Amino acid sequence: MSELEIREAAEYKRQRKNKIRKHTKTLGLYMILVVVAIFMMYPIIWLVGASFKSNADIFTSIWFMPKAFDFAPYIQGWKTGTEYTMGHYFINTFEIVIPKVIFTVISVTLTSYGFARFNFPFKKICFAILIGTLLLPNIILRIPSYMMWRTFGLLDTYVPLVLPSLFAVDAFFVFMLIQFLRSIPKDLDESAKIDGCSTIKTLLYILVPVLKPAIISVGLFTFMWTMNDFMGPLIFISSVEKYPLTIALKMSMDATGGAFDWNKVIAMSLLGLIPSILVFFSAQKYFIEGISTSGIKG
Amino acid sequence: MKKTNITNYKKESWIGLLYITPWIIGFLVFTMYPIVASFYLSFTDYDLLNAPIMVGIDNFKKIFGDKEFLKALGVTGKYVFIVVPLKLAFSLFVAFILNMSLKGINFFRTAYYIPSILGSNVAIAILWKFIFSTDGLVNQVLAVMNIAPVSWFGQPTPALFTIALLRVWEFGSTMVIFLAALKEVPGDLYEAASVDGSNKFRNFFNITIPIITPVIFFNFIMQLIHAFQEFNAPYLVTSGGPMKGTYLLPMLIYDHTFKYYNMGYASAMSWILFIIIMTFTLITFRSSKYWVFYNDNGGES
Repeated sequence: MSELEIREAAEYKRQRKNKIRKHTKTLGLYMILVVVAIFMMYPIIWLVGASFKSNADIFTSIWFMPKAFDFAPYIQGWKTGTEYTMGHYFINTFEIVIPKVIFTVISVTLTSYGFARFNFPFKKICFAILIGTLLLPNIILRIPSYMMWRTFGLLDTYVPLVLPSLFAVDAFFVFMLIQFLRSIPKDLDESAKIDGCSTIKTLLYILVPVLKPAIISVGLFTFMWTMNDFMGPLIFISSVEKYPLTIALKMSMDATGGAFDWNKVIAMSLLGLIPSILVFFSAQKYFIEGISTSGIKG
Repeated sequence: MKKTNITNYKKESWIGLLYITPWIIGFLVFTMYPIVASFYLSFTDYDLLNAPIMVGIDNFKKIFGDKEFLKALGVTGKYVFIVVPLKLAFSLFVAFILNMSLKGINFFRTAYYIPSILGSNVAIAILWKFIFSTDGLVNQVLAVMNIAPVSWFGQPTPALFTIALLRVWEFGSTMVIFLAALKEVPGDLYEAASVDGSNKFRNFFNITIPIITPVIFFNFIMQLIHAFQEFNAPYLVTSGGPMKGTYLLPMLIYDHTFKYYNMGYASAMSWILFIIIMTFTLITFRSSKYWVFYNDNGGES
């Protein structure tokens, strides 16, 4: 065996050892990922299973599969303990969510366009205020807002929940769209201006098509957060007839109180999650892109 | 020619203002006015029925002798100190693993992200209550491992921990932000370091962490602000109990506002919470020059 061959053999051995070490490491990483994934997903999966179990079976097993699929929790849960069905509360929720999404998208697009593309008096101060409101704890605004809507006689309507979104109150979204707009070269709208396009036309026909992914992100996050909103309706809505899903669920939980009828409550809660889950899976990439560019809290 | 330029600019300057008008109105009506009103109210006694009565700083004097307030303040502090570091560390850890180019990362990223999208939903709070109930999933798993069941909602500390865990479970969005930041770390830095004989572990603390400090800073502040205002989780999962062990300040403020109609007193309390949050935010900002590393052009996160 020549010296060269020995060296080659040693080199081969070392490479193999490295390869094995690399594989073990990869395996270890996957194991961590899987354990975390179980920790994240199993509660949800288990609860999906639990919603088909009878009340007696829920507490007997950590295994998610029910022995038999029982749709009774869904059927009974749908009726709710009130005079309205779950469907009624779903419609209520959408009566809040849909206008809010539309209003937010419009007002936020206009405002961010103003900030990102124009110079105007007090712009610096305005921008500083915008950033300041990002950090403002909302809790300070709650009592006066409640009193203001009370003075207007608009408590127990959807107005307090929806109307503010016409005025770009969510600084997060304005900031996010400004960031997106800044990354779009100004030449694009300059050339439109030379062609005689008005500013609003430039926005609608030139920038909005480019901004579309970001605008969709804004709409989606508004959808999710409004679907989830609990505090708002809790404060402003008082009649059962107008309750959105979140409050109706809380009510069904309170009504159940003790240990009985858990499966009904679980089934309804899961139904309540379906719109959010559907929206998330149909537009996943917008959520992740939106959040990574601006650092929005979800 | 020059003249038209100036008039153009002037005309446009008003156009810009026009575009942000909705936001200006929104800010004045839904932010500025409430802040001023809340400040005024905090010096009054007001029950919604009779006109507010000026009481000077009585509310604030009363607050600092209010045992319920002090207890809630303590619990809130404890909650913030559990949830913020835990959530940040966990999301950074997972983001670090996800950043290694492994196959199937997208699947895991999605799986981790879902809870944070659904997280603040009432449904999840209901489910959480159920998972940690005496015969719930967690105790059943513990039983399999031969560990005695824990009465999660029976004692203050485990109950507070349960709530914190709900928020840690929603680490997805923080993680996605960290992941985006980690992707920006230039790879040649690691190469240079490994030539110098550094290992992965040391790289993480010597290269990765310093470079992403602006993002850590951002996440830290956002989590801090959110944690201090936590309401939904204790309200829905534990109702503040047991023995007010999860009765956070926002819940106390809520009760004073909408249960006892002490609008003035509640406003004063929300101002104290506001000042606490702002103090922490400012300290973080101030200290950031010692630990936040910015690229030479600065301010970028």
